[in-house]
Amino acid sequence: MKIIIPVKRAKEIALHHTIKLSEKTLAKTKEAHNFLTDFADVILFIARLIRETFSRKFEVREFFHQCFNIGYKSLPLISVTGTIMGLVLTIQSRPVLANFGAETLLPGMVAISLIREMGPVITGLICAGKIASGMGAELGSMKVTEQIEAMEVSSTHPMRFLVVTRVWAATLMIPLLILYADALGIIGSWIGANIKGDVSFVLFFSQAFKNIDFLDFIPAVVKSFFFGAVIGIVGCYKGYNAGRGTESVGKAANSAVVLASLLVLIVDMIAVQVTDMLVK
Amino acid sequence: MKTEQTESVLLDSPKKSTKEPVIEINGLYKSFGNQEVLKNLSFKLFDGENLVVLGKSGSGKSVLIKCIVGLLRSDSGIINVFDQNVLTLKRKELDDVRQKIGFLFQSGALYDSMTVKENLEFPLKRMEKQLKQKEIDEKIIEALENVGLPEVLNKMPSELSGGMRKRISLARTIVVDPMIMLYDEPTTGLDPVTSDEISSLINDIQKKYKTSSIIITHDIECARMTADRLIMLQDGEVYEQGNLNKFEKSTDLIIRAFFK
Ligand SMILES: Nc1ncnc2c1ncn2[C@@H]1O[C@H](COP(=O)(O)OP(=O)(O)OP(=O)(O)O)[C@@H](O)[C@H]1O
Ligand SMILES: [Mg+2]
Repeated sequence: MKIIIPVKRAKEIALHHTIKLSEKTLAKTKEAHNFLTDFADVILFIARLIRETFSRKFEVREFFHQCFNIGYKSLPLISVTGTIMGLVLTIQSRPVLANFGAETLLPGMVAISLIREMGPVITGLICAGKIASGMGAELGSMKVTEQIEAMEVSSTHPMRFLVVTRVWAATLMIPLLILYADALGIIGSWIGANIKGDVSFVLFFSQAFKNIDFLDFIPAVVKSFFFGAVIGIVGCYKGYNAGRGTESVGKAANSAVVLASLLVLIVDMIAVQVTDMLVK
Repeated sequence: MKTEQTESVLLDSPKKSTKEPVIEINGLYKSFGNQEVLKNLSFKLFDGENLVVLGKSGSGKSVLIKCIVGLLRSDSGIINVFDQNVLTLKRKELDDVRQKIGFLFQSGALYDSMTVKENLEFPLKRMEKQLKQKEIDEKIIEALENVGLPEVLNKMPSELSGGMRKRISLARTIVVDPMIMLYDEPTTGLDPVTSDEISSLINDIQKKYKTSSIIITHDIECARMTADRLIMLQDGEVYEQGNLNKFEKSTDLIIRAFFK
């Protein structure tokens, strides 16, 4: 059976679809365009950041203030997560190792996975949640309530005063937080080992570190610096470029967390690949 | 009130015109995307005068004064502040000009991570000229007394009422002894009594520090109290300018809407 459509109607349908299609293409091009301009913005932002870092006047006081804010004020959270990380890892791996009669490997295995991967990534993600969102919200609300402009008219370079200090503080403090989380993770692991059985801390510790060498540490520390930089840059970028309404503060904080977490994982993936290539 | 004074300004207007302009704006254009906010705007602010800028919401008043201090870049035109074109200045020179200008933001713009004292210290510590802590403390106390709030020194902005915040941001603006003051809606959202206080404060500042001021406002009482001269913005252009008398007596509908 043939379905007969009047020519006029067919034209209408065709036109309709063409319009729909061109609208879609337009939207897609716009999206691509937005993405590209965003990307260019980020690059410019980083370039400005680097230029301002080496400008004559580095805001030393504000930098230390931010180190305190980012480092010291995150200690409670990082202590808890670090300890839990080690504890859980130990409790979960013990039965598997016990099956192979390899329980003595437990401290070493936990230490390696903590230092190489779990410590940096989980702490990085937690910092993305706490620090990047905090920066996004803080700078975003400063932007919306004209505080950034107020700084500017008081002869203060907001990029230098607000962004450079925060990014560098994050870059230096987050690796320290990660090492701290590693240490607490090992203590947590010892606690976990002690739930069933009785291991002295010294013995546990020496067993843990027997299997670790310098090559486990260096890549982890190096990537921690990148995590710190990524978290600082994303948080500041999102906050500093927040829109004009109040709702953009929430948006800035939210997208800062999402993007920072994603980038932490991507940087981690790249770091693992690079380390793998170098070690071979 | 100010009416007698404006009358006298009118009488000796030849003398007035010999006064130097401190801000001179010529053919200013500013648009955001395809929205034209300022179109061919020109006016002058003379030394020592209070110039009130009227205009309905969204007419570009805030944009105008942000262009004057270089927070926004205008698309074309000339903005001379003390005979220097803001648009062509380098960062350092712009900072020097900005040190002579006090800017009261529409939202107050107090730094909410700092106490009132730190808020007032901030612009002082950022000045070219380094002050001693003792001088800074004295200036802060003086500024707070000027706005009638000496007791809130160690409070956070979030602990203050809206009116108090406005006054503290006014204190933060005057603490650096600016030569030009730009007030963005200094009395909006305040009760009539506080509004009057702020208006007289604006007059006091003008007398005491010999400042020249641009006062943006919707508040006709404030305009009546402070204005030496007024201009009205409409569609990004100067719609009318003159003294208070001219505005009060105008039969133009748009102006009448303000001076009911
Ligand atoms: N940074 C900006 N980006 C985009 N548009 C802006 C920006 N600043 C101002 N505008 C637009 O310019 C127009 C004028 O804004 P402006 O803040 O100067 O108004 P106003 O006269 O001060 O009004 P009000 O009395 O309500 O404060 C508005 O339509 C506003 O949306
Ligand atoms: Mg405004």
